[in-house]
Amino acid sequence: MELINKIPDGPLDQKWTKYKNTARLVNPANKRSIEVIVVGTGLAGSSAAASLAEMGYKVKALCFQDSPRRAHSIAAQGGINAAKNYMNDGDSTYRLFYDTIKGGDYRAREANVHRLAEVSANIIDQCVAQGVPFARDYGGLLDNRSFGGTQVSRTFYAKGQTGQQLLLGAYSAMSRQIGKGNIQLLNRHEMLDLVVVNGKARGIIARNLVTGAIERHSAHAVVLCTGGYGNVFFLSTNAMGSNVTAAWRAHKRGALMANPCFTQIHPTCIPVSGDHQSKLTLMSESLRNDGRIWVPKFKEDAEAIRAKRLKPTELTEDRRDYYLERRYPAFGNLVPRDVASRAAKERCDAGFGVNATGEAVYLDFASAFERYGKQQATVKGLHNATQEEIIALGKKVVEEKYGNLFQMYEQIVAENPYETPMMIYPAVHYTMGGLWVDYELMTTIPGCYAAGEANFSDHGANRLGASALMQGLADGYFVLPYTIGNYLADEIRTGKISTDTPEFEEAENRIKKQIEALTQNNGTTPVDHFHKKLGKIMWDYCGMARNEEGLKFAISEIQKIREDFYKNVRIPGAINGMNPELEKALRVADFLELGELMCKDALERNESCGGHFREEYQTEEGEAQRVDDVYNFVAAWEYSGNPSTPNLHKEALVYENIKVQSRSYK
Amino acid sequence: MENGMNLTLKVWRQQNAEAPGQMVEYKLGNVSPDMSFLEMMDVLNDELIRRGEDSIAFDHDCREGICGMCSMFINGEAHGPNRGVTTCQLHMRSFKDGDTIFIEPWRSAGFPVIKDLMVDRSAFDRIQQAGGFISVNTSGRTMDANAIPVPKSDADKAFDAATCIGCGACVASCPNGSAMLFVGAKVSQFALLPQGQPERKERVENMVKQMDAEGFGNCSNIGACEVQCPKSISIENIGRMNREYLAANLKP
Amino acid sequence: MAKGIFKSSLTKKYTMALTGLFLISFLVVHAAINAMIFFNDGGKTFNEWGHFMGTNLIVRTMEIGLFAGLILHIVDGLVLYFQNRAARPVKYAYEKPSASSQWYSRSMAILGTLILLFLVIHLKDFWLKTRITELTGNKHMYINGVWMENLYSEMRLVFSELWVVILYVVGCFSLFWHLLHGFRSAFQSMGWSQGQYKEIIGLSGDAFSVVISALFASMPIAMYLNLVH
Repeated sequence: MELINKIPDGPLDQKWTKYKNTARLVNPANKRSIEVIVVGTGLAGSSAAASLAEMGYKVKALCFQDSPRRAHSIAAQGGINAAKNYMNDGDSTYRLFYDTIKGGDYRAREANVHRLAEVSANIIDQCVAQGVPFARDYGGLLDNRSFGGTQVSRTFYAKGQTGQQLLLGAYSAMSRQIGKGNIQLLNRHEMLDLVVVNGKARGIIARNLVTGAIERHSAHAVVLCTGGYGNVFFLSTNAMGSNVTAAWRAHKRGALMANPCFTQIHPTCIPVSGDHQSKLTLMSESLRNDGRIWVPKFKEDAEAIRAKRLKPTELTEDRRDYYLERRYPAFGNLVPRDVASRAAKERCDAGFGVNATGEAVYLDFASAFERYGKQQATVKGLHNATQEEIIALGKKVVEEKYGNLFQMYEQIVAENPYETPMMIYPAVHYTMGGLWVDYELMTTIPGCYAAGEANFSDHGANRLGASALMQGLADGYFVLPYTIGNYLADEIRTGKISTDTPEFEEAENRIKKQIEALTQNNGTTPVDHFHKKLGKIMWDYCGMARNEEGLKFAISEIQKIREDFYKNVRIPGAINGMNPELEKALRVADFLELGELMCKDALERNESCGGHFREEYQTEEGEAQRVDDVYNFVAAWEYSGNPSTPNLHKEALVYENIKVQSRSYK
Repeated sequence: MENGMNLTLKVWRQQNAEAPGQMVEYKLGNVSPDMSFLEMMDVLNDELIRRGEDSIAFDHDCREGICGMCSMFINGEAHGPNRGVTTCQLHMRSFKDGDTIFIEPWRSAGFPVIKDLMVDRSAFDRIQQAGGFISVNTSGRTMDANAIPVPKSDADKAFDAATCIGCGACVASCPNGSAMLFVGAKVSQFALLPQGQPERKERVENMVKQMDAEGFGNCSNIGACEVQCPKSISIENIGRMNREYLAANLKP
Repeated sequence: MAKGIFKSSLTKKYTMALTGLFLISFLVVHAAINAMIFFNDGGKTFNEWGHFMGTNLIVRTMEIGLFAGLILHIVDGLVLYFQNRAARPVKYAYEKPSASSQWYSRSMAILGTLILLFLVIHLKDFWLKTRITELTGNKHMYINGVWMENLYSEMRLVFSELWVVILYVVGCFSLFWHLLHGFRSAFQSMGWSQGQYKEIIGLSGDAFSVVISALFASMPIAMYLNLVH
């Protein structure tokens, strides 16, 4: 199979304009008879569904949650990047493009990323027009903050709930179209298969989660906006329901899966508290604007803290190691996520961790309290303010900025982060890998598109903070509406697609059989047991650090768990009704196959880049070492019929505008 | 974990919307105080499945208090005894050894039970579809985001209203089963922003009409909603909606 | 004006609030005039005002409005009560409403019913006698040469019985709780209880409920204990 990425010719900054000017269009009358299925209603899905419906297509939107507004984009906290340069700090489209490519450790496509940077400013305009209440300063204009991996402030935010506000904006646009009858909403529905007819995506098989009915839905195009697969690790910052099933079933129908081993481990999450843990909670990267990360400089202090003989606030400055500021003076606490996560792991592995399990570092706001407090005292004309008054003023400013995050932390950990530093540790957060798509966001199956986190295209081997929201909305609002027409222009004569065909029949039967096999299995063990086992293997051998031996071990272990799963899983309840255990089992079945592919991909990539850190490939200082002459490609995997023997295809990455360098944040 | 808590759980079990339901008692031991309430439910479900019984269905997703999916009425209160949190953020340290905990679904004519603790809240979606939006198409040609300054206090108030997670705790805890806090919050968000002005009148009329059609009760300003709201949305938003609706109807 | 407004839940709210505020305004007038008994002039001032209220055409017309308002308040209240009950067809097995709201806010219907029962007795004691049947005590007296109904003496007669006094005090107590929620609730329903006004309205409502109810309750007590002459 040859991978054709369809990147338009011409200078980088004119490719998208050129594409838009030459893409084929579908006239309004024809649009009315063309159906599009959008699976998933996060930022990418709801923005795509809304935009396509506004254009006149007949849209069906599916979500497994009870409402589209609950998709996990809602949980994004810190912000959304856009090259507006409102701060006049030297930002530009090119700089956002450059930061993203560099942040992705030179493993993303130039043309896609530049397009993303180009449309970023439009996103902010669009969202404000929809009534998204971004943070504003006293002049009534939009405020910005900084995120990791950049030296400008280009992140727009709404306190610590930016994802929520953006999603509600897209959801409202979508609701408007549902109200008009242009979108048919199928909530509590899960896509279980893609139906391919004569090589083209022609519909899906979905399960109605309330009635258990297996339904056929046909369409002229299917758009998968189903998010990432971080839950393969069981413990992640993803929602409990986040899953890979739609993407994986498309993969099994012929869509290639690209760079599956590129997962992002987010440096600032609340550490694991016990075996019962069901998920991990992120503390926004925006906290690194004001929080300083440290561990004790001396092991005896770390031990004393772990034994609770010493409080972190009692440790003087000279006994603290602000290791990010020490190792990376240029970016300090705002290094990209992969770098920050690995640095935390390095310190904890070396014995400097600060919680009972030894897997936590401090995120400390003491100096921010003081800095903001002094600023406020000056503004308020309090020239003789005492230290306590200053700290109190500073805490108020911090509360204004991150109040909900501090409250969230206190709820979970039962410690007041205004009084004692937060404890944090890296956790699985985002997956840069995903379905392989071309410049038009089409997968290798004609008519099947993937947008948002579900595709692989824009973040390379590491995503910068506040860029996921940007990409999701860019794909849904501004890219797909143009590119999908280029395909659908050929579909105007197709007419209504029948679901009464052998292909739909076969797909439906396959799903029914799978459900029967799982539920009639006389097992004894709940689904979570297998999921947790898989997660542990993935975290230990395909997590923040990987090596050949571990990956090989993981592959054989996963195969064993998979076998065990099909033999011993128990799913109670009926199939013709609401059955959460069945839903989980269908998802875990796919994770058990994907996990193996991730390990294979990680094993194949004999270099370290971004979130993929192979211990065999590091510099003397412990930094990631790329092997550009061999691995400057996208690894796109084709399903062979057996999850253990996938076929690898390579798309070479060509850098015409950026000089590929070794990434340095020192 | 040793020395965990022993709890008696009284849980509403109902097979589906049509079936009758009842409270069923379960004993659960070794509950760690560091568990979240939903993790405690996971442990109970794990035991039930291993015993060959059907697990308890409940809605949950993000487990960090933002998606609004979790929805349990715990010991007579929506999202349990703590303030400003959802069920998923409630931790077992809020309970003590030997406690009996009642766990019920949201009760409202507008929220029919789907199974066990799961209810159908699509009424909220339909209220949004009736007018909870600003009619602007995607184009990339809207005016610059900074073209209209919005006073910070208005932007902050709009944001506070917009933080509603649509969980339905307001309806569940209102003795009248009213949905006005939810609707009031959405009406307020747009009424406070300049972008929301052109459709101000139609929006409040249409949303209130849909709210009434969904079978929710009437608001008599009891105020339980704002106390039980996990996002502490103020009933000032209901007051604002009242004013908006009156103004909309008095205008020709 | 949109047609839907007549069926809307918010219209029921406005109706409740406006009739409630109207009844509150009546309470002010009623309490003020009744307080004339405390002049200790043998009911002279009180009876003068009573005469004015009973004979003035505008006041008599407003009386019709008052009854209309009262009936509207009652009917609307009943409709709300039954609709709200229907909004929760299956009750909770375990409820803890005290955790998030005041008992009297949840009990407006029962408090209103108590007030209504009291009102029936109250109307029978006074209003019925002045308008339809006739007074039972010293029926009339001359004041400044005008022949007036002697309501003062009627009050003394009615409030000479302990059980009646207790009944009236209970009625005032119900009124107090009803007002404690009703006053601020009316402003909230109209959307006037916002921002900096919220607290002022709340405090005024509390003060008003205390003063009005105490004032009304003090009358039968004072008369029973012969504190007014």
